Amino acid sequence: MTTKAFQKIYTKITKITKATCSLHASGIGNDELALVNGKLAQVVKILGDEVTLQVFEGTEGIPTDAEIVFLGKAPTLKVSDQLAGRFFNAFGDPIDDRPEIEGEEREIGGPSVNPVRRKQPSELIATGIAGIDLNNTLVSGQKIPFFADPDQPYNEVMANVALRAKTDKIILGGMGLTNDDYLYFKNVFNNAGVLDRIVSFVNTTEDPPVERLLIPDMALTAAEYFAVDKNEKVLVLLTDMTLYADALAIVSNRMDQIPSKDSMPGSLYSDLAKIYEKAVQFPAGGSITIIAVTTLSGGDITHAIPDNTGYITEGQLFLRRDSDIGKVIVDPFRSLSRLKQLVIGIKTREDHPQVMNAAVRLYADAANAKTKLENGFDLTDYDERALAFAKDYSDRLLAIDVNIDTTAMLDTAWKLFAKYFSPTEVNIKQEFIDKYWKQKQHE
Amino acid sequence: MPTKGKVKGIVSNLVTVSVDGAVSQNEICFIELGSEKLMAEVLKVNGSDVFVQVFESTRGLKIDNEVTFEGHMLEVILGPGLLSKNFDGLQNDLNKLTGIFLKRGERNFPLDEDKKWNFKPIAQVGDEVEAASWLGEVDENHQPHKIMVPFVMEGSYKVKSIAPAGEYTISETIAIITDAHGKDFEINMIQKWPVKKAINVHAEKPRPYKLLETGVRVIDTANPIVEGGTGFIPGAFGTGKTVLQHAISKQAEADIVIMAACGERANEVVELFVEFPELKDPHTGRFLMERTIIVANTSNMPVAAREASVYTAMTIAEYYRAMGLRVLLMADSTSRWAQALREMSNRMEELPGQDAFPMDLSAIIANFYSRSGFVKLKNKQTGSITFIGTVSPAGGNLKEPVTESTKKVARCYFGLEQARADSKRYPAINPIESYSKYIEYPEFDEYISERISPQWISMVNDMRTLLQRGKEVQEQINILGDDGVPVDYHITFWKSELIDFVILQQDAFDDIDAVTPIERQHYMLKLIMDICKSDFNFVNFTDVMDYFKRIINVCKQMNYSEFHSQAFESYHNELQNILAERKIKQ
Repeated sequence: MTTKAFQKIYTKITKITKATCSLHASGIGNDELALVNGKLAQVVKILGDEVTLQVFEGTEGIPTDAEIVFLGKAPTLKVSDQLAGRFFNAFGDPIDDRPEIEGEEREIGGPSVNPVRRKQPSELIATGIAGIDLNNTLVSGQKIPFFADPDQPYNEVMANVALRAKTDKIILGGMGLTNDDYLYFKNVFNNAGVLDRIVSFVNTTEDPPVERLLIPDMALTAAEYFAVDKNEKVLVLLTDMTLYADALAIVSNRMDQIPSKDSMPGSLYSDLAKIYEKAVQFPAGGSITIIAVTTLSGGDITHAIPDNTGYITEGQLFLRRDSDIGKVIVDPFRSLSRLKQLVIGIKTREDHPQVMNAAVRLYADAANAKTKLENGFDLTDYDERALAFAKDYSDRLLAIDVNIDTTAMLDTAWKLFAKYFSPTEVNIKQEFIDKYWKQKQHE
Repeated sequence: MPTKGKVKGIVSNLVTVSVDGAVSQNEICFIELGSEKLMAEVLKVNGSDVFVQVFESTRGLKIDNEVTFEGHMLEVILGPGLLSKNFDGLQNDLNKLTGIFLKRGERNFPLDEDKKWNFKPIAQVGDEVEAASWLGEVDENHQPHKIMVPFVMEGSYKVKSIAPAGEYTISETIAIITDAHGKDFEINMIQKWPVKKAINVHAEKPRPYKLLETGVRVIDTANPIVEGGTGFIPGAFGTGKTVLQHAISKQAEADIVIMAACGERANEVVELFVEFPELKDPHTGRFLMERTIIVANTSNMPVAAREASVYTAMTIAEYYRAMGLRVLLMADSTSRWAQALREMSNRMEELPGQDAFPMDLSAIIANFYSRSGFVKLKNKQTGSITFIGTVSPAGGNLKEPVTESTKKVARCYFGLEQARADSKRYPAINPIESYSKYIEYPEFDEYISERISPQWISMVNDMRTLLQRGKEVQEQINILGDDGVPVDYHITFWKSELIDFVILQQDAFDDIDAVTPIERQHYMLKLIMDICKSDFNFVNFTDVMDYFKRIINVCKQMNYSEFHSQAFESYHNELQNILAERKIKQ
C-alpha cells in the first residue's frame, strides 16, 4: 500500500498498548485504515480528537514519533476473476510471488442480505461420506462447522468434502494454520488439478494473531463477488474459527472490555454470526456455503466458542475415533444438519428420514447395551444384536472413509436392519417396511 | 426547534453526542453521514454529553457530524395492513426495501398508503368514547380490524361525526371527536405508539383459563398453555427449539400470530417466508400468512435493533388485542435480546451483573412478559396475548441469568433436554421437569371438564405419575440389572415408554402426526392410560420388552394414520388382539 501525495502525516503518538496506539487527529472516520510506520492499523475508537488505532501486526517497535497516515477507507479487497487460483495474506496481498491482481476495490465486511431476498436452500451437497450424506445431509447455502479435537483429521475430511462437492469455487480462509497444514491444502488442491477453482486467504501461525480477524471478511468478500456477480456456487472453508475467536478475545482484552463467559468478549455471538450468516442461497442461482472448523478443548462443547457457534450454525459435525472399528467416524448422536429436512426424502429416496432415525435409535440402544456390559450386567438377546448392528453400522456407514451414493447408503442400512432385527423392532412406517424390507430378504 | 448535536466520540455503535438543548431518555435521533441518516436511541445523558446507540453500522462516521433529535421515543405505526407483512426490528417493510443487500439508512413507511379499506362504522354520533374505543372496522385478511380512538388520547370525547360505510385509505378522516372543551380531533386509521410503553387500555386482566390448542401433544395434554398465558422454551442448540416454535405457530388456534425472529438464523426466517404463504391454518383453512406478522432481526442484522424488535412485536400484539382478538406472540430467542443488552451495557462501562449481563436484566424480562395476558376490554369483549419465548442458555446450562429470570415470570416451562434430542425423542421436552402452572388453576379445571372431559386432569396427573415412576424404576434397573428387579418393574418401565413413544413423541415432519386436535389427543390418552391401568401376565422380563414394543409399534402406526380411518381402525383391532394375549381380565 502506498501513500498518496499531500496526505497529512501525523507524527505524535500519545498512547501505546500491546495492540493499539492513540494520537490526536481530526476528520477521521470510524473503521478507517491507517499506516503506522508502514504497519497496517484500523480505527477502533474516537473520542473527541483522540483516535485509537488497532495495529494488526502488534505494536512492537513502534516509536512515539512514528509516521501515521490515514487511508480514508475501511479494509478492501480487489475483486475480479483474477482471484481464482491465487494465494493471499490477511490484507489481500498476494503471497504466491505472482503480480497484484486488478479489479474493483470493495470494502470487506459489507452489509447483510435482506432476509426476504434470500432463497430457501434446497440443493443437496453430496460428499459420499455416509456419516454426512445419510445422517447429516448438507445443503448449499448452509453453514456448518466441524467440532473436533485438535488431533482429529478435520482438515483432511474438509478437503475431501470440498473436492467431492460440486461447486464452482472453493475459498479457503486459513486462520492460524500451521505451515504444514497450509502446504497440505496447497498440495491437495494442486494434485486434484482444481487450483484454478480455489482462492486462498491464509494467516499462518507465523503471522501475528490479530491479522486473522481480517481473514473471514476477505474470504467472504471474494465469495460474494463470485456468488452475486457471477452467480456461482461458492464453498468457503474457514479453519480454525477457534483461533479467530481467540484473536477477538486478545483485542477486546487490550481494549479493556469486560469479558463474559470463558474470557470471551460479550459480543462473541454477534461477531461470529456476522461471518456465518454470509452463507446464503441467492435467487439468481449463486450460493455461499460455509464449512468451518471449531477446535475443541477435550471435546468440551459448553465452552463459549463452540457454544455460540452451535447457536449460529445450521448444525455441527462431530468427529470421533470409534475404538470398536479403529476408524474415525462422524458421531451420529452429536452431529446434526439442520437443513437436511429440506432435502432428505425429497431430493433423496422417500425412506431416507425414517431409515436415518431408526438407525440412530438402534445405535443408541447399542450404546445402552454397552453401558450395561461395562457395569457387569448380562445382556439380552436384543442387546447382543444391537451391539453387532452398531459395529457393522459404524464400519460400513459412519466411517469417514466411506464413499458411496445416498441410495447405496439406504440399501446398506436396510440390509443391516434385516440382518439383525425384526420389522417391529425398527419402528418404521409400515409402507416403507412393505416396500424395502421384503426386497432385502429376497436377496 | 428540534434539539441538535454533534458527534463527539465513537466506539463501535455507541456514539457520544454533545447537544445544544433538551433531550429525553430513549429519544430517537438521526446522525448524518454523507447522504445517509443513521437512526439512534438515547441511552444515557451526562451534562451536555448524550450517549446514543446507533441501530446501524457506524463505519466512516466522523467527529462533528450533525445529529438531529426527533422529540419522541422509538414508535411503531399502527393501522390496517400490518398483517402478512415482514418487518425488520424497526418496522421497515423488508419487501419494500430495494436491492439484495440491506442498505444503511434506508427506511420506509410500514403501511400501504394507497390501499382502500372497506370501512364500516361501529360508533354513532353522540357516543361517549375514550382511547381504544371502537369507532369502526375494516376487513383485514378476514380479521375484523377495529379502527380505534388513538391510545395516546387522554380523557373522554363525544363522537361528532362518523364516516359512512365505504372505501377509505388509512389517512382519510373516518371520524371527528370532540373533547370536553369543544375541541375537535380528526381521526384516521393510523396511530403511533412508543414501543417501550405497554398499551393499557383494558378494563381488567383476569386469570387466563381457556386452553390454547397447539396440536402438540406434549404441550396440550401434559403441559397446557392457555389463551393469554406465558411460556418459555429453554434448550441448548440442536434440541429443537425452533422446530417446536414453528410447529406451535403453524397450528395454534389464534387469530393473529406474530413471530419475532430476534437475533437468530436468517435461513429459519426464510423458512417462515417460504412456508407460511403456502400453508393453511388448520382451524380456518385460510393461508397462514394472512394472519401472520413476521418481525425479523436476524443475527447478522444490527445488534441494537434486536432489542427494538421484540418491543415492536409486543406493541403490535397489544394493538390487535385491543380489538378483542386472540394474539399469539413468539420470540426466538430472548437470550439474543439479552445479549444485545449486555453488549451495550458493556460499552457504556456499567458495572456488570452475573455473566456480565446488566444488573436489571431480571426486571426487564419480567416487565416484558407482563405485557402479555388475557384482558377484558372496556366494552366487555375479551382479547389475549399468549407469549412464548425461547431461551438459548449458554452451554446448555439452565443456571444462567436469562433462564433463571425467565423462569420467575413465565407460567409454562417447556424444558428441552439434550439426552432426549440425542436419542431422537422429539419434541425433546423433558416430561418430568416441564410444567404448566395453569393445570392447577380451578378456572382451567372447570373449563377443561366441559371442553374435554371431567376425568381429563386426573388422567393427565396419572400419566405424569407413571412417567415419574418409570424413570425411577429405570434407574433401579440400571443399578441392579435386568434380572435384579421384579418383573413388575419392567412392566412399569415399559408402560412409561408406551406413553413416551405414543403420547409425548410426535413427528413434526409427518403430515398427519404433526397436528393432533384435542379430541384425538383425548382418544389416544384414554386408550394408552387404559392399557397402563391394566395388569399383564408375564413370567420373564425379556418378554415384557418384546410385547410392549409390539404395542408401541401398532400405536405409532395409529398416530401416522388419519383419525378413525380404515387403517386407523384396523391398527386399533390389531392392538386389541395383542392386548388380549396377555391382559389379565378383571
